[in-house]
Amino acid sequence: MKVLVAVKRVVDSNVKVRVRSDGTGVDLANVKMSMNPFDEIAVEEAVRLKERGVVTEIVAVTCGVAQCQETLRTAMAIGADRAVLVETADELQPLAVAKLLKALVDKEQPQLVILGKQAIDDDCNQTGQMLAALAGLGQATFASKVEVADGHATVTREIDGGLETVKLALPAVVTADLRLNEPRYVTLPNIMKAKKKPLETLKPADLGVDVAPRLKALKVAEPPMRGAGVKVPDVATLVAKLKNEAKVI
Amino acid sequence: MQIAADDRGTREAMEYDVVVVGAGPAGLATAIRLKQLAAERGRDVSVCVLEKGSEPGAHILSGAVMDPKALAELIPDCKEKGAPLNQPVTKDEALFLSETGSTATPAFLMPDNFHNDGNYVISLGSVTKWLAEQAEALGVEIFPGFAAAEVLYDGQGRVKGVATGNMGVGKDGEPTENFQLGMELLGKYTVCAEGARGHLGKQLIATFNLDAGRDPQSYAIGIKEMWEVPPAQAQPGLVIHSAGWPLQADTYGGGFLYHMEGNKVALGFIVGLNYRNPWLSPFEEMQRWKTHPAIRKHIEGGKRIGYGARAITAGGLLSLPKTVFPGGALVGCDAGYLNGPRIKGSHAAIKSGMLAAEAAFDALAAGRASDELTSYPEAFEQSWLYRELHQARNWKQWFKWGLWGGTIGTGIEYWLLPRLGIKSPPWTLHRTAADHTYLKPVAECPKIDYPKPDGKLTFDRLSSVFISNTNHEENQPPHLTLNDASAPTAVNLARYAGPESRYCPAGVYEFVDERLVINAQNCLHCKTCDIKDPTQNIVWVTPEGGGGPNYAAL
Repeated sequence: MKVLVAVKRVVDSNVKVRVRSDGTGVDLANVKMSMNPFDEIAVEEAVRLKERGVVTEIVAVTCGVAQCQETLRTAMAIGADRAVLVETADELQPLAVAKLLKALVDKEQPQLVILGKQAIDDDCNQTGQMLAALAGLGQATFASKVEVADGHATVTREIDGGLETVKLALPAVVTADLRLNEPRYVTLPNIMKAKKKPLETLKPADLGVDVAPRLKALKVAEPPMRGAGVKVPDVATLVAKLKNEAKVI
Repeated sequence: MQIAADDRGTREAMEYDVVVVGAGPAGLATAIRLKQLAAERGRDVSVCVLEKGSEPGAHILSGAVMDPKALAELIPDCKEKGAPLNQPVTKDEALFLSETGSTATPAFLMPDNFHNDGNYVISLGSVTKWLAEQAEALGVEIFPGFAAAEVLYDGQGRVKGVATGNMGVGKDGEPTENFQLGMELLGKYTVCAEGARGHLGKQLIATFNLDAGRDPQSYAIGIKEMWEVPPAQAQPGLVIHSAGWPLQADTYGGGFLYHMEGNKVALGFIVGLNYRNPWLSPFEEMQRWKTHPAIRKHIEGGKRIGYGARAITAGGLLSLPKTVFPGGALVGCDAGYLNGPRIKGSHAAIKSGMLAAEAAFDALAAGRASDELTSYPEAFEQSWLYRELHQARNWKQWFKWGLWGGTIGTGIEYWLLPRLGIKSPPWTLHRTAADHTYLKPVAECPKIDYPKPDGKLTFDRLSSVFISNTNHEENQPPHLTLNDASAPTAVNLARYAGPESRYCPAGVYEFVDERLVINAQNCLHCKTCDIKDPTQNIVWVTPEGGGGPNYAAL
């Protein structure tokens, strides 16, 4: 069984993101980039399925600039067998990525597609769902447990107030939530091996996909600074302030 | 404390001709030069570089004004290859600050070492990233996110390589579910390029007595901020150095402020770690230095976008240890090639790496391994770098007579003598004591009251560490270890009022109810505690690879 795992190159989660002074976006110059943490969980899950003998081949895919190759190498160091980069320097919005992934699903015919539930840069949480719709596949989002047997995936989903278990026929799309697993550390020998694994590069045009953005960002601004705290002498003042100043009670 | 690795199984090993520890300018220059020589002479040489930071440049911090001499020797077409040396120095200013005033040294009185014609205002982090790309293009294997935690010796006591730290060890020292054993990287030669007060370099200096007969090493702490200023305030290429206020005349140190391209201003403050008053806080000296009118005017209305700190090896030639040992060498600041009076070390780091690489290549070509690369220090003594450091050898020692004694002494050496045709002073001043011995008991020292930060121009430690993008895996043993757990309260607090809570630029050390709390997650890997702790009780060991700051082009 073949699994397709989609990964995204994003600003590293340790980096404090800074808005460009002209408000046109986030400053990416010299900023450390890494694989989206939820996608790392997706790759890890695919590798664990392979280790359990369920999966035979893992293909990592991403869309974006040439440097996204590094992200794919990381995926292969975790355990993906080969990788596909859809290379473009154009801005990519979730719909365009979903269309590119749909074209790759047609090409690769995987039984399972695993993605992170969302990317930590734009927090859209759309690509997996859009892909499922475009490809006509069943979907199980926010997965915290995945089991595959007899042409079906049984997925435990994290929903408001609890867990929901769904069973869906393969092929299907699964998006990974935080508690699905804890990704392993990549090892030096596996980094070396990953350098030799095949990495195919395509252009959006090769897949016949128009990636032109449909949405326009008007302005990007930092959240307002938090004001300094005050000490109150007693409960009565606190209640009064919450009522009259903060207007929360 | 050594983290025992091998009792958890057998580590895998990978073999290389040369293993380099640290992907900074010195380590990368070593790797690049080895690969260049290999290509020129048609010989295969395998080189790997370990880097504890999450990527090359993540732990690099410098002023910086760079003398491009060594880089041009290493990569003659560096400009064509896109080396990020974009902003030539256009103007030099040297200021003597009093509390409210400033006096600029007239250009004709400025010693030659302060002239920066032909030099560039750079981000050393960006240059390092670029060097890493050049190295990878030549076939060097760079492994960021892997800390060299341990030196490996063969049966004859020669260095045979290093081991990376174990990953996934819990706070309690026990393996977690994700435990990953470290690896052994074995090399015919191991080159340590960890920067100032390298964790392995320190052990190697002790094991092989490399500092026998040399002056004690001397260090300083450099704290840096990056600002973005309104375009009208930008003066790209302007380079300012200051002495005097806010430091007392008996404390070695000063400020720097460099206008870079893109409306950025890099500024920082350096304090010699041989300071005496335990109340002194280098971080807060820097914060109040920014409020001086001569400094404030450059950044007011701007925004602080980066912060970091790093110890500097400042002892110069007289403190330079023996740089070779059986099976390897020390290069860059791990040895201590920084030129104090020029406040520059990156050119020296690159040059020393090249010299070590040339010696290692010749040795490999002759079929040698694991011996002393004696031709490296020999070549150094014949190099321009030696002449430069020989002329500069007395610099910091002059300042034992305070700022004014230092100014007169160095003025004679760097301004007067060259004008009399004497290139190098005919006398030598030695240093006798290590930095950690200088602190005086708190009872003998005046308390220093620092002003509160305003959140606009001046800041506290925690908001500063926040923008250094520092992170460590929380569930791991502390990497700041104590030889004697009672010393912080019994000695440091009782006698010196807990100086670690002031010299640490990251707020790692706090005394709560007379007990020391170590917030190791904040650590910027500057190594100041390892140097300045009065009883040398604090020992810095490598945390899990990939942890620490993520500087963006500092």
